[in-house]
Amino acid sequence: MILSFSIWIPILFGLIILFYGSEKPTAGVRWLALVGSVLGFIATLPLVIEFDIANPGMQFVEKMSWIPRYDINYHLGVDGISVWFIVLTAFINVLVVVAAWEVIDKKVSQYMASFLILSGLMIGVFAALDALLFYVFFEATLIPMYIIIGVWGGHNRIYAAFKFFLYTLLGSLLTLIAMLYLYNVTNTFDILAWHNARLDIVEQVLLFFAFFMAFAVKVPMWPLHTWLPDVHVEAPTGGSIVLAAIMLKLGAYGFLRFSLPIAPDASQFLGPFIIFLSLVAVIYVGAVALVQKDMKKLVAYSSVAHMGFVTLGFFLFSPLGIEGGIVQMISHGFVAGAMFLSIGVLYDRMHTRQIADYGGVVHRMPAFTAFAVLMAMANCGLPATSGFVGEFMVILAAVDYDFVIGILAATALILSAAYSLWMVKRVFFGAITNAHVEELKDLNAREYFMMAVLSICVIGMGVYPKPVTDIIHPAVINLLQHVAVSKL
Amino acid sequence: MQAFDLYAILPELVLLVVACLLLVASVYVPERQPATPGVEQDIFHTPRGVGFVYFFTIILLVYLILAFVARMDDVSVVAMNGLFQSDPLSNLLKACSCGAVLISLIYSKQYLMDRAIFRPDFIVLALLALLGQFVLISGANLLTLYLGLELMALPTYALVAMRHNNEKSVEAAIKYFILGALASGFLLYGMSMLYGVTGSLDLIEIFRTVADPRVNHLVMAFGLVFIVSGLAFKLGVVPFHMWVPDVYQGAPTAVTLMIAAAPKLAAFALLFRLLVNTLLPLMGDWQPMLLILAVLSLVIGNITAIAQTNIKRMLAYSAIAQMGFVLLGMLSVFDDHAYSASTFYVITYVLTTLGSFGLLMMLSRKGHDCETIDDLKGLNKRHPWFAFIGLVMMFSLAGIPPTVGFAAKLGILEALVDGEHTFLAVVAVIASLIGAFYYLRVVKVMYFDEPKAEHAAEISGSGFARGLLSLNAILVLALGIFPAGLMAVCLDAMRRTLLGS
Repeated sequence: MILSFSIWIPILFGLIILFYGSEKPTAGVRWLALVGSVLGFIATLPLVIEFDIANPGMQFVEKMSWIPRYDINYHLGVDGISVWFIVLTAFINVLVVVAAWEVIDKKVSQYMASFLILSGLMIGVFAALDALLFYVFFEATLIPMYIIIGVWGGHNRIYAAFKFFLYTLLGSLLTLIAMLYLYNVTNTFDILAWHNARLDIVEQVLLFFAFFMAFAVKVPMWPLHTWLPDVHVEAPTGGSIVLAAIMLKLGAYGFLRFSLPIAPDASQFLGPFIIFLSLVAVIYVGAVALVQKDMKKLVAYSSVAHMGFVTLGFFLFSPLGIEGGIVQMISHGFVAGAMFLSIGVLYDRMHTRQIADYGGVVHRMPAFTAFAVLMAMANCGLPATSGFVGEFMVILAAVDYDFVIGILAATALILSAAYSLWMVKRVFFGAITNAHVEELKDLNAREYFMMAVLSICVIGMGVYPKPVTDIIHPAVINLLQHVAVSKL
Repeated sequence: MQAFDLYAILPELVLLVVACLLLVASVYVPERQPATPGVEQDIFHTPRGVGFVYFFTIILLVYLILAFVARMDDVSVVAMNGLFQSDPLSNLLKACSCGAVLISLIYSKQYLMDRAIFRPDFIVLALLALLGQFVLISGANLLTLYLGLELMALPTYALVAMRHNNEKSVEAAIKYFILGALASGFLLYGMSMLYGVTGSLDLIEIFRTVADPRVNHLVMAFGLVFIVSGLAFKLGVVPFHMWVPDVYQGAPTAVTLMIAAAPKLAAFALLFRLLVNTLLPLMGDWQPMLLILAVLSLVIGNITAIAQTNIKRMLAYSAIAQMGFVLLGMLSVFDDHAYSASTFYVITYVLTTLGSFGLLMMLSRKGHDCETIDDLKGLNKRHPWFAFIGLVMMFSLAGIPPTVGFAAKLGILEALVDGEHTFLAVVAVIASLIGAFYYLRVVKVMYFDEPKAEHAAEISGSGFARGLLSLNAILVLALGIFPAGLMAVCLDAMRRTLLGS
């Protein structure tokens, strides 16, 4: 029942808040949201504590008949790959609620409810073992996110909301057809049974592309990434945090759960193609990030580049590469979350995100600058931060796969260092450039708390990643066994 | 006539007798303007006389629903010398169309009163149209089918023209009448060819003869073209769809709901009876026709809907596209799963339609119809709950989980993939993606736009109607999360009907 609690506690609280709702900002709504998110987070903790490392299969399994007509079940379970994302989702949700505390003052109840429901749905995606259940959760996340962007977003929010919705819907509808096809071949929607389905190479390639559409858009991979910067720029801080920290991971997770094990031959066959796309994301999009004038856009492009690292790791088909990709995903959750939070902190004070409007922030906000610099360092993969661990593993695996690819992947470190540090230099250091910066006030207790918690996670994972990788490892080995065995 | 025959047609008889009695009684109802407009009215509190008719109609409809639900487990029977058949599918569809008319009447009461067309004749016409639907759904003979079709159509022509001083309504009524008559003509022509070839009007008899290799196939195929065209007119699918947007827009919203909801069930029954039950051996001829109609409807319906600024027109084009989906379900080779998926689709579509038009009526008030998409601007700011209802309806029409529209589309797509029409499934999916755009735009207008000052209207409609609308929305959501029950009912009804025929 732990998984059900993790999914439904936030959704239930979200609904209560929605009906409790009032137009005026009230403390009650905020506290209720906080209680809901914290309870939701606590509900996920037993997953990690009681996780059996020796067992590479699915744990905490729940199964109930849902739509017997198509043999669709309410089937939940986690392995080492998904468990961390569930905890991460619940954790980020708490931060989002806290981050919105004083900042959001219109339609507070709808805002909080959207995020709580979204969090439950995303946990559902990570926990679903039934393909249709996965799909329902995957699609349902669009509704709250659409509303979040459209209601609380910036000036161009409606364009961004539409772009987000239609891009992702296009991808996932093709995936639905792939799922129905697999259902007709296997007579079940059980994802694990699909891993053993026999498919010829043509079927595999077509299925691979159908799944690829959904997941590549969500990750997003170059050249399907164009929605992300637009959406990030318009989304409210909380929306950006959730988008970067969790939602992008849904796509990458889909690759691991569907594409690789269901179509292993096609994956091997198309691996070089995906690696090529990933390298373009890492290098080209990294270079694009360099010239951004808007901080949020810069971090958004940096997200695309970092997610390129993740897909690169996956399609090297080595334990190190895949584990590196997963670690990178978790780390990116913390780091990108923290960076968007930092931009939010600045935006709340100055109401601008243009790099040129800042300068010398360190003189007025020393504590904030310390945290922000730490996150920038983590973003460029400095050792002893979580960013280093994943990138290092992926680069190592890439060198092992092909030296040239390794070298190309490693350029990411240079590029990310360039854009992160250059931004830090222009925003935080140097002389105070204008009167608005002069009036800045340092972090309040609430903001300090959030940055501190994220910093602890970033450094903790950077210094001692073993607990995380220990849980991931058996599941990845298990996954690779499916990928290694040809279905032809 | 045997006692057994009487039992089979009892609900229809009751409906006919009560409708006639109410018609007579309504002669004595004085013409009266409604009570003070804008004042909250509870459900039975209406001008005397009309209230009486209304009250009895509600009771009648509730009785009919219960009667059909109670008959759901009955086996298929053919009564009245093979003119009439009662089977599980017809009982299910009739119960649903009764429900749809009942809900339509409750939603539209305030709307009609505000426009001074809440008159006994309105209610009686609606009941007679319902009777036509019953006959159509249960027709076991080409003649009964045709009679049912006309009985359903004639009262609706009159209903569309109810606002006889409104130019648009009259224009729509004339258009509807002429095109409807044309469609009936097509259908009748096709039927006469069928009769000429097979020598019978009886569906079962025709079924037996059609498969006979000695029958002239060419004439039959020719007749089939006319029958399918007539059906396409009635269903409102491309390229026979031209009347749909004009009638939807021109008719008073209450009448639009009467046309958009329950008749779809009857049209589906007609489709099923004629094509699957009767002309199954000609499948190779009618399936390609349906395929073209379905694909055209999906593509043209969805693309044209994007350009609409009037929400009733937009919903009309959306209906065209949705009917395309229903047709897709009929493309499988004699498969009860596929047909039951279509049944599920139609029923849930009607439920969603009731909700969407119901919302439009409650947002209308005296002197102002909620008709353009702009009228919904900022609804979330004024009435968050009603905006939420609108959101659920739109996402359901777009087929986004966890609403029932998704479960319905899932069934159809599954049937397509199962029937090895995977390419068609992809086309359908891309068409729905295009469709998602205009449904999303409605949500956008409700949630993201600022309300216009002149639209700060209150929600009209009695507390009961509002409650029912809320229930409607909750049902759309709940059936999306737990579709298994209704799916099983549809499959069971379809399976036993196919076995029985």
